[in-house]
Amino acid sequence: MPTLTIREAIRLGLDEALETDPSVFLMGEDIGTYGGAYAVTAGLLEKYGPDRVRDTPISEAAFIGAGVGAAAGGLRPIVELMSMSFALVGFDQIVNMAANLRYMSGGQIKAPMVIRAPTGAGMQLAATHSQSFETWLAEVPGLRVVAPSTPYDALGLLRSSIKEDNPVIYAESAGLYGASGETPAEYYEVPIGSAKVCRSGDDATLISYGHGMPILYESAEILAARGVSAEVIDLRSLSPIDTGVLVDSVQKTGRVLALDTARRSGGIMAEVTATLQEQTSDWLDGPVVRIGAKCAPWPYNREMEQGSLPDAQDVTGMLSATYDL
Amino acid sequence: MGKMNSTGRETQIASSAGPAGLPDGLDAAGVVEMYRTMILSRMLDERVWLMNRQGKAAIVASAQGHEAAQVASVRALDPSRDHFLIYYRQFTAMLALGVTPLELLCGFLAKSGEPMSEARQFPLHGSHPRVDLFSFSNVVGTQLPQAVGVALADRLRGDQGRVTIVYFGDGAASQGDCHEAMNFAGIHRLPVLFFCENNGYATSVPLQRQMAVESVAVRAAGYGFPGVSVDGRDMFAVYQATKDAADSIRAEGGPVLVEAKVDRLLPHTTDDDHTLYRSPDDIGQMRGRDPIDVTSRALRERRLMDEDGDKSIRQEARRLVIEATDRAEALPYPDAEAMYRHLYAE
Repeated sequence: MPTLTIREAIRLGLDEALETDPSVFLMGEDIGTYGGAYAVTAGLLEKYGPDRVRDTPISEAAFIGAGVGAAAGGLRPIVELMSMSFALVGFDQIVNMAANLRYMSGGQIKAPMVIRAPTGAGMQLAATHSQSFETWLAEVPGLRVVAPSTPYDALGLLRSSIKEDNPVIYAESAGLYGASGETPAEYYEVPIGSAKVCRSGDDATLISYGHGMPILYESAEILAARGVSAEVIDLRSLSPIDTGVLVDSVQKTGRVLALDTARRSGGIMAEVTATLQEQTSDWLDGPVVRIGAKCAPWPYNREMEQGSLPDAQDVTGMLSATYDL
Repeated sequence: MGKMNSTGRETQIASSAGPAGLPDGLDAAGVVEMYRTMILSRMLDERVWLMNRQGKAAIVASAQGHEAAQVASVRALDPSRDHFLIYYRQFTAMLALGVTPLELLCGFLAKSGEPMSEARQFPLHGSHPRVDLFSFSNVVGTQLPQAVGVALADRLRGDQGRVTIVYFGDGAASQGDCHEAMNFAGIHRLPVLFFCENNGYATSVPLQRQMAVESVAVRAAGYGFPGVSVDGRDMFAVYQATKDAADSIRAEGGPVLVEAKVDRLLPHTTDDDHTLYRSPDDIGQMRGRDPIDVTSRALRERRLMDEDGDKSIRQEARRLVIEATDRAEALPYPDAEAMYRHLYAE
């Protein structure tokens, strides 16, 4: 099986879509000659030309809005934002428009577009370039939100996202672009809305997505050394959330910790843990545990930034404190 | 495009050429039909305003004063192939495009079977199964980048000769979306006709507090395409300017901005009271140049219609409005359970 990085897996998915589907085109800042701020689209301009790999002005409302119009006009645009933080300047087109078009037109207009964006902190990019607004967007009816943490899922979810007839937010963890893993040469898809049990265990359920996954794997190793068997689940999809997989796991383990590398307050794990509290309270050995980044703007300074992010010690410490594990 | 100048200075359009001094592409029957649509629009507009006061229509944004500009701009395009992105004050444009009075009334009353959004969206915002209408969000200006995308899709598909017309008000011209859309369309010379209905007020804020220039059209120069400003009460002038713009766009001349200067005869919406910010003189003056009167006079002067003809057009419109009102009022409201329908692709 070929080994790819997440960056390469996304590029492969884009390349394949451009190759096989003439309605697909890419738009975004610096995605052409420059190859993208995180080098995801490198080489695609040369292969497909400037009509289908279109450099745009610094003008998110224009190119997200034009994406909505082009999608309604029968194409499948893939829009790249340089940072999920910049979704804010195009939020009206995403939230008010793309998400509502089908509904507001009584089903007459669809906007099959993918909005890709690097997300998350840990790169010393400070407050305005480190935010994880996929957690906000996951709340918006009409959108789908996915966030892969492995090359396998990056490619499989991208394929599903491009085929999806609803607008999809595709959140790429900025710190994971270089993460590598095996990716089958045969065609496959990862369905939107399916979580994945990445490691089986009986004593506690650990849930996260994107950047949080490496922290959970590290935590599971620490716990295993203590004789605690943790089940690790990657949400992969923030909208819809695959509640069934989570509930099954918690009914088995009786303990749950949900980790968000975005701010803890109002984050997606608030939704996850509240749902689990509602649906598995009879199985729980103690309160649901929720960990997230500190509720402050992201600092530029490395120590401060790392201090704000949760880590494996926080995970294992909270499990000990709550469930005596 | 000789009549437009790329510096964006206001240009007077001479309407002449065709029979009875009508602009090319217009004939007597067509002109009377346009007037008929204006009258129907006005009467329907008056009716829904009244129905708001009766507690039956939640909100109305009136097109009174905009009728000539709307009917003429639609007539200058080709609804069988062009794309229309409207905004919320476009009663007349929608009627001219073939949306029926009953369908519009169902929108205002949010009745079952309303074809534009199934009663999910404000009135006058919708798509339509028979007409190439985009669905509009009343966050003003959002339709401008979308129009650019619709035109871009035509370009990428190699679908030539189609114009995307996008309507907006002077208020929306202050939004960043307007700048971004025009800039993008200018760079790629996309087939977009930007049509501004400038009624001089963004809700209560007058033009001189919205922009430091006298017209929206002059801004086109900054995006590298022509801008032209016309008297929006003169349907012949609007027709000519819009037709010239569409011809130029079809010849792949890139985008054009047409600005029609109109009056908003009523408050912004039924929730507004314009006597709080407009003087009685100002209101009186604009009522004296009502496009319905201007057009009626022009048609009679050109002997395209006589007084009896005018009277029978009004009688017929009144009959249509009453009939549509009765039918709309008799329709049921949709089931509340239908609210999740159309949220996602099924």
